[in-house]
Amino acid sequence: MARVVVDVVMKPEILDPQGQAILNALGRLGIAGVSSVRQGKHFELEVDETVDHEALEHIADTLLANPVIEDFTVRRG
Amino acid sequence: MTFPGSLDDRDALRAIRLAGAEPVLLWHGEKWLSDVQAVVLPGGFSYGDYLRCGAIARFSPAMESIVDGARNGMPVLGICNGFQVLCEAHLLPGALIRNDHRKFVCRDQRLRIERTDTAWTNGYQPGQEILIPLKNGEGGYVADQHTLDELEGEGRVVARYLGDNPNGSYRDIAGISNAAGNVVGLMPHPEHAVEDLTGPSVDGLAFFTSILNSLVEQA
Repeated sequence: MARVVVDVVMKPEILDPQGQAILNALGRLGIAGVSSVRQGKHFELEVDETVDHEALEHIADTLLANPVIEDFTVRRG
Repeated sequence: MTFPGSLDDRDALRAIRLAGAEPVLLWHGEKWLSDVQAVVLPGGFSYGDYLRCGAIARFSPAMESIVDGARNGMPVLGICNGFQVLCEAHLLPGALIRNDHRKFVCRDQRLRIERTDTAWTNGYQPGQEILIPLKNGEGGYVADQHTLDELEGEGRVVARYLGDNPNGSYRDIAGISNAAGNVVGLMPHPEHAVEDLTGPSVDGLAFFTSILNSLVEQA
């Protein structure tokens, strides 16, 4: 078994209202110097050796991320 | 169609009945569509909106049949969460994201019906203004510029918001259709505006009488 990590984040050109809300809250926390926050999703998959890179890309591209609005990265942990 | 977490399936059934058609309740776990001639995917929070709105519903057994049916011309109307499911299933382009102002919006919304040759809107006049309820947290319609231009160029924007844009949808888009016009997605709720007693108008009823007309014409 191996651990695979998939991170999904909204494409830069798509507005991320949740990221903006977090950015606003950071200001209220008294922390300056943060100019942007993008919120995303983090998936940890336990897979056996039969799941190859192509299959992982397929999983990320068709289910974990919606490629119309999101980018993803797949890496073996 | 009822998914776990659907809310407006009963109102959709009622609207179909008031339009004069025979409603049939379908269950997401059944692949068999009971010989229905058209399908309404209702509003709500299918599968708890887990992952993304509509993302899990897309993989339900019933949706496999609906995707096949839609590609072969079966009329499908997705309302609110149903619109999100249609986008996730790639029956319609683009996606629906969290409202730009981050708040859930629930109000009566004015729309302009822009395309009247679809199976679901042939009972409206081109440019007709209607008032129906809108209620969503993730109703912002987005797509890349090329897709938006294509939708506009092919006349596939079915309805547009009038007045203040309620959710940040690009180009004020409230509803779109596929190229053939049999699949329509709409964020506001025509099924909640079919009777004077319960709706702000009866402007929504024509979505359901339209489909009946187009099916009768075909028969």
